[in-house]
Amino acid sequence: MIYGGGVDVGSTQTKAVVLNERRAIAGRSIISTGANVTKAAEKAFHLAAENAGIAPDRVGYVVGTGYGRYKVTFGDTQITEITCHARGAHFLFPDTRTVIDMGGQDTKAIKVGLSGDVLDFCMNDKCAAGTGRFMQAAADVMGLSLEEIGPYSLKSQNPSKLSSVCTVFVESDIMSYVAQKKKVEDILAGVHKAVATRTVSLARRVGIEDEITFTGGVSRNIGMVRALEAALGHKMNVHEDAHFAGAFGAALFALERAEKLCAVEVAKVDLTGWSDGEEANGTAG
Amino acid sequence: MAAERQYQGVVHERSREIMSAWYDDLARAAKTGEPSACLMISGNCVEILRAFDIHPIFPEVNALQMAIRKQALPMILKAEQMGYSGDNCAYVKADVGFLMSGGVGPTGTIPSPSIVVCNYVGCNVYVKWFEHIAHFCKAPLFMLDIPFLREKAPSKDDITYVMKQLQELIALCEQVTGKKFDIDKLREICRYAARAEDGWARAKDLCKAKPAPFDAYFDSINMMGPINVLRGTKAAADFFDAAVAEYEEQVALGAGPLPEERFRIITEGPPPYPYYRNFRNLFAKWGAVSVASTYSTVGGLWEYGFRHDPERPLESIAEQMIVHNLTNRSILDRYQQIKDYVERWEADALVIHSIKSCRLFSAGQGDMREYFTKELGVPTLLVESDLEDPRYYSEAQMKNRIDAFFEALEHRKLVNA
Repeated sequence: MIYGGGVDVGSTQTKAVVLNERRAIAGRSIISTGANVTKAAEKAFHLAAENAGIAPDRVGYVVGTGYGRYKVTFGDTQITEITCHARGAHFLFPDTRTVIDMGGQDTKAIKVGLSGDVLDFCMNDKCAAGTGRFMQAAADVMGLSLEEIGPYSLKSQNPSKLSSVCTVFVESDIMSYVAQKKKVEDILAGVHKAVATRTVSLARRVGIEDEITFTGGVSRNIGMVRALEAALGHKMNVHEDAHFAGAFGAALFALERAEKLCAVEVAKVDLTGWSDGEEANGTAG
Repeated sequence: MAAERQYQGVVHERSREIMSAWYDDLARAAKTGEPSACLMISGNCVEILRAFDIHPIFPEVNALQMAIRKQALPMILKAEQMGYSGDNCAYVKADVGFLMSGGVGPTGTIPSPSIVVCNYVGCNVYVKWFEHIAHFCKAPLFMLDIPFLREKAPSKDDITYVMKQLQELIALCEQVTGKKFDIDKLREICRYAARAEDGWARAKDLCKAKPAPFDAYFDSINMMGPINVLRGTKAAADFFDAAVAEYEEQVALGAGPLPEERFRIITEGPPPYPYYRNFRNLFAKWGAVSVASTYSTVGGLWEYGFRHDPERPLESIAEQMIVHNLTNRSILDRYQQIKDYVERWEADALVIHSIKSCRLFSAGQGDMREYFTKELGVPTLLVESDLEDPRYYSEAQMKNRIDAFFEALEHRKLVNA
C-alpha cells in the first residue's frame, strides 16, 4: 500500500492527514501548534501515522503546508496552503468553484478550476480583522469559549452594528455595548456579521461562482456559516472535516508524488530484471 | 529552483562608477558652495539646471539610498516625532528626517540647496515635501505647475504654459548663478539626453528576447540613476552605449539574469527597497524574470519614441514633463502601457507591488488587478508593502502569496504543455 502525508502547520493548530492509495483517510490528527513549530509538525504527523496503524516511514512522501510549512523539516516538499486548500476543497466537493478559507490569522478567497487548481486568490492584508483571531478576541472579551459564540449568535433577532472591524478596537466596541446592556447574542451576531461582510467583499474580488466551499478552522463555527450564507445570499458546502482541507490537499499532492516515485522504482526494477512489482511497491512506501 | 543571485555585470559596475562621481560632486558642492538644486525624479527638467552647471539633488534618491542600506527607519521615526503622520509618504519622512539629522547620508554629504525646484508631476504630496525643504534650507522655492495629461496629447496652451514657467526658471537660475543662459549649451545637453534615451529604449526593447537579457524591474535600477539623474551628460550617454552593447551580447549568447527563464512577468509599482534582495529572490526562486516594468518609466517614457530635441529644447523639455513620464498619466493610460507590455513583451503574468504609504499612486491598483484578470485573462498578483518603510514588509505573507501565485502558474503551464 502506498501512503501520502500532508501536514498543515497553521498559526493556531497543526493538522496532519495520511491518505492511502484509494484516496481515503487512513489516519489523521489535530494538535495545538504552540511555540515549537517543528515539534508540533512532527508530533501531528506521528499521531496521524499511528492513527493509520502504520510506522511513519511507511509514508512515501510528505508535503508540508501552512505558515509553518518550512518547519516540516522531515517533509519532502512544501506547497502553500492556498494551493492545498483549493485541492482539498475540490476533493471534498468536486463541483467547488470558490473556496472561502478562514483560519487563525488569515482569510482567503480562492477561485478554483475544474481540476481543483487555483485560478485566482485574494487574502486579507496584514490585519487580523475577519479571521479566527478576531473571533477569539470577541469570545475572550465576552468571557465565552470559541465553541460557544457561534451557536449563541444564532439566537439573535437584532444584530448589533460594529463600528470597527479592528481586532484590537473590537474589544472596546463590545465593552461599550455590554455597558449599554445590549443582549449578548445580538453583540455576537454583530461580530459574525461584520466578519462575514468583510469576507464576502474579499470573495467578490476573485468572483463568486457556485459551488462555494467553506474551509479552515472557523468553518466549524455554525454562526459564521450562517452569517456568511446570509451575506452571500447563497448556500455553502461545509464538510465536517473542512478544517482538515489544507492537510488533505497536501496529502493528495504527496500521494500523487509517492505514486510517481513508486512507478519509477518499479520501472528501475523491471529494467534490471529483478521482477516483483509488489516488493518494489513495498520498499517505496 | 534557481539559486540566489546578485547582479554584478558591466552595467552594474559602470552605473555605480558614474553615480558615485555624482555623489562626490554633491559632497564637493557642499564644501565649496557651488550652486545646487533639489528636483523631483518624475518628468524632471534637469537639462535646464545642467545648462547653468547647477548640481541636481534628488531627495527621492537620498531616501531610497537609505532604504536599500537599511538606514531609513530612524529617519522616518524622526519625521514622525516631528509630527508627520504614520500614513504619510515614507520617502518624504525619510528625507525630512535625513535633512534634520544634518544631511550626511550613506553616499556622503548632500548640500543644502541654492534653489528648490518642485516640478509637481503626478504627486501633490511632494509639494509639501519641497515646501518643507525650502523652508528649512531657507532656499527660494520654484513651483512648476504641470497640467495633468487629460487627453491623449497636451494642448498647445499646455505646452506654452509650461515653457513660460521654464523661462521663469531660467531667469531664476541666471540670478542665482550669475551666469547668462546659453541656448547652445542647452542644445548640446539635449543631444546627450537624446543619446541616452536612445540607449535606454533599445535596452528595454531587447527584453523582448527570450530569455530577456536583464530583469527590467530589478536590474533597471542600475539604469534609472543614469537616465533620470545624469541625463544630459556625456557620461550617461556613454553609459547607455555600453549597456546596450552588453545586453546585445547577452541576447546573442541566449543568456539571461537567471540560469533559466521560466516565467516572464510585468511588474507594476516601486520595489520594497528595504528588502530589495529578499524580494528579488522570492521571484528568482521561481525563475521569474520581469521583462518590462512601469516603475522604470516613472522618470520618463522613452520606449515609444519621444526624445529631447536639440532643435526645440524648451518645447521638448515641456513635452517630457507633461506627456512622457508615467506619473503624469491617468490610470487608464497606465493600463494601456501594461497591456502593451504584456502583449509585445510576451509576458505570462502581471505582478503589482502596491505601496502602503503612497495612496496617490497605489489607488486604483485593485481595479487594475480586476481589469487584467477578469477582462484580459492575464494572471495577476497584487502584493503590498512599502518602498521605504521596513515596517510594512512581512516576508512570510509576501512569500506565501508569491509562492501560491507561481504554483498556480506552474500548474497551468503543465496542463497547457
